[in-house]
Amino acid sequence: MTDPTNSARRHGAAPGGRVPALEARSLTKHFPVRGGWGMRKAVVHAVEDVNLVLHRGTVTSVVGESGSGKSTLARMLARLIEPTAGQVLLDGKPAPAGGREYSRLVQLVLQDPFASLNPVHGMRYILGRPLKIHGMAEGVATDDAIKDLLRRVALTPAEQFIEKMPHELSGGQRQRVAIARALAVQPEVLLADEPVSMLDVSIRLGVLNLLADLRDREQLAILYVTHDIASARYLADTIAVMYAGRVVEAGPAVQLTDRPQHPYTQLLLSAAPDPDRAESPSLAGAGSPPSLVNPPSGCRFHPRCPFAMPKCAEQNPPAFQVGPGQTSACWLHEGHTPKTSSTVSATAVEERTTRSIRDTSEG
Amino acid sequence: MLRVLKSPKIALGLGLFLFFTLIAIIGPSIAPYSDPLKLVGTPWQHPSGKFLLGTTQQGQDVYSQLLIGTRPTLVISLISGVIATVLSVVIGVSAGFFGGIGDNLLSMLANVFLVLPALPFLIVINSYLPAGGKSNSTLLAVIISLTGWAWGARVLRAQTLSMRKRDFVDAARISGERSWRIIIFEVVPNLVPVIASSFVFTVLYAMGTYVALAFIGAIDPNAPWSWGSMLFWAQSNTAAQVGGWYWFAAPGICVALLGTSLVLLNFGIDEFINPRLRAAGLSRKGLKAAGVRSSNTLGLTPVVRKTPVPAATILEETV
Repeated sequence: MTDPTNSARRHGAAPGGRVPALEARSLTKHFPVRGGWGMRKAVVHAVEDVNLVLHRGTVTSVVGESGSGKSTLARMLARLIEPTAGQVLLDGKPAPAGGREYSRLVQLVLQDPFASLNPVHGMRYILGRPLKIHGMAEGVATDDAIKDLLRRVALTPAEQFIEKMPHELSGGQRQRVAIARALAVQPEVLLADEPVSMLDVSIRLGVLNLLADLRDREQLAILYVTHDIASARYLADTIAVMYAGRVVEAGPAVQLTDRPQHPYTQLLLSAAPDPDRAESPSLAGAGSPPSLVNPPSGCRFHPRCPFAMPKCAEQNPPAFQVGPGQTSACWLHEGHTPKTSSTVSATAVEERTTRSIRDTSEG
Repeated sequence: MLRVLKSPKIALGLGLFLFFTLIAIIGPSIAPYSDPLKLVGTPWQHPSGKFLLGTTQQGQDVYSQLLIGTRPTLVISLISGVIATVLSVVIGVSAGFFGGIGDNLLSMLANVFLVLPALPFLIVINSYLPAGGKSNSTLLAVIISLTGWAWGARVLRAQTLSMRKRDFVDAARISGERSWRIIIFEVVPNLVPVIASSFVFTVLYAMGTYVALAFIGAIDPNAPWSWGSMLFWAQSNTAAQVGGWYWFAAPGICVALLGTSLVLLNFGIDEFINPRLRAAGLSRKGLKAAGVRSSNTLGLTPVVRKTPVPAATILEETV
């Protein structure tokens, strides 16, 4: 059922062909929707055939708007949700279905710091539990370990913070606690599901820098899920753009944001606020994300795509190589040889783009 | 916590409940006659200095009967409240947390007990009890709690359903917590206000049911001696018709007062959980002084609303 071209390409950084810390192979998740009696056949196609690799010492970012399946993907990688199809590989071996051994190596930081800390527990309990569960610290040493964790996420003086309850902390401090809880078990992979989206702009950078620091100093493999492509460019080494449950474009962060190839990435970038931009933003596309119960045939972006061709409605495009390490799942790039440099392919896209616009206006 | 006591309703409810608890503890020892059935005077005497609440058709002291009857009434209500609450927590929380077929079965069970007409059901069960069982307080409490857990279980199941998808439950799972620990240490502590409120409600229900069972004679009306026993004998000796109002009025008023105190306590728990209802902690004057508008109709707990800012103030600030 998977397209060979598609599954052959794994989105994510691949330095030196090392075994990735965590790998998603053709991950698919369909949520059953319960309608009335006898209507149980309907499913939400939340994530469809996604391949992703996370390497140690790199940040891979998954970018997409609400409902693109990025959080479902993160939760599948954390084994909170069982995938409908596909595999999660930990260090190249099939990962166990959740459980303590998995949580020792892979940790997830949730989006909403106001919901992810149980209001009835203090910091000592919240941070002490993972230490205890995984035997990281025992007895009197636990308090010291908790204080170390608090210091690592810059919650000082740790002696005071250890006594606090969640309601005594601000949003940014709570998110730091959530990150500290994930770090308590010394994981190899850190999955961060929109870790800064609920935070004030003023403290976002602090959390992003904390993640960058973890990557550089502790060589963590980090998945950074976000809807903010600008912050992904700032933090990530590799970006995978998701639309309606599929990865539409992936590549090195700077290259992808400088020369977006897929029409959806172009739309996303045109919608991102940029203080340097003089003219008011003109969106490179219109409409809203499709229903995932009955996703559009072929390419899921075609109803919104300004360059849609008849073929787009019929067949789902595989990922075409459009630059060094950059792939785009768009029929506009069909026939591009993998060797072409990104500049060339960018020009080619422009040519095709102009042509298709001309075709549309004439027709 | 002490601030809650400022609310007259809660203070009154707590005061009444503590009063009855005190009577339940010391009642038998301060009663003028230790046997509620002892014949101590002429029949149908109205309340007087000698017999504070008069005498019965046989010449028993109503005041002693009332004092002695308090303890079994309260104890049986509390025990069956505890049993029913434990049942509702175990069944409701596990049904809500685990879902699936277990949830369907447990929900169906709760629904069956909800629609079961409790009183006839209890009468039938009691008729099957051996003679000794009919005067066994613990057994009575267990049987009453059988019909009292379903309401709480449904409420707790619904609350747990909303709780199990919360992020902190997922976060605990990611930390490697086992399911039973998540239920006991993450979910249940957040349900404490609901459980407390359900407990108070169940105690109220159990008291009403116990008094009703004794009143209609479905259980042994003499052992244990309770307020329901008094109502049973007053009714069967036509106290209302011959002017012996004090015989049924005394236990009747006590049932009503204890019930009221439980309802007021429930209001108190409600105010404690829901900060929007905290205005109840303030007097009407205090509210006005604080500039809070409260709508207080028919003795319902007032809901705090922000006073709308007068248009003039807004204009001044903008200019």
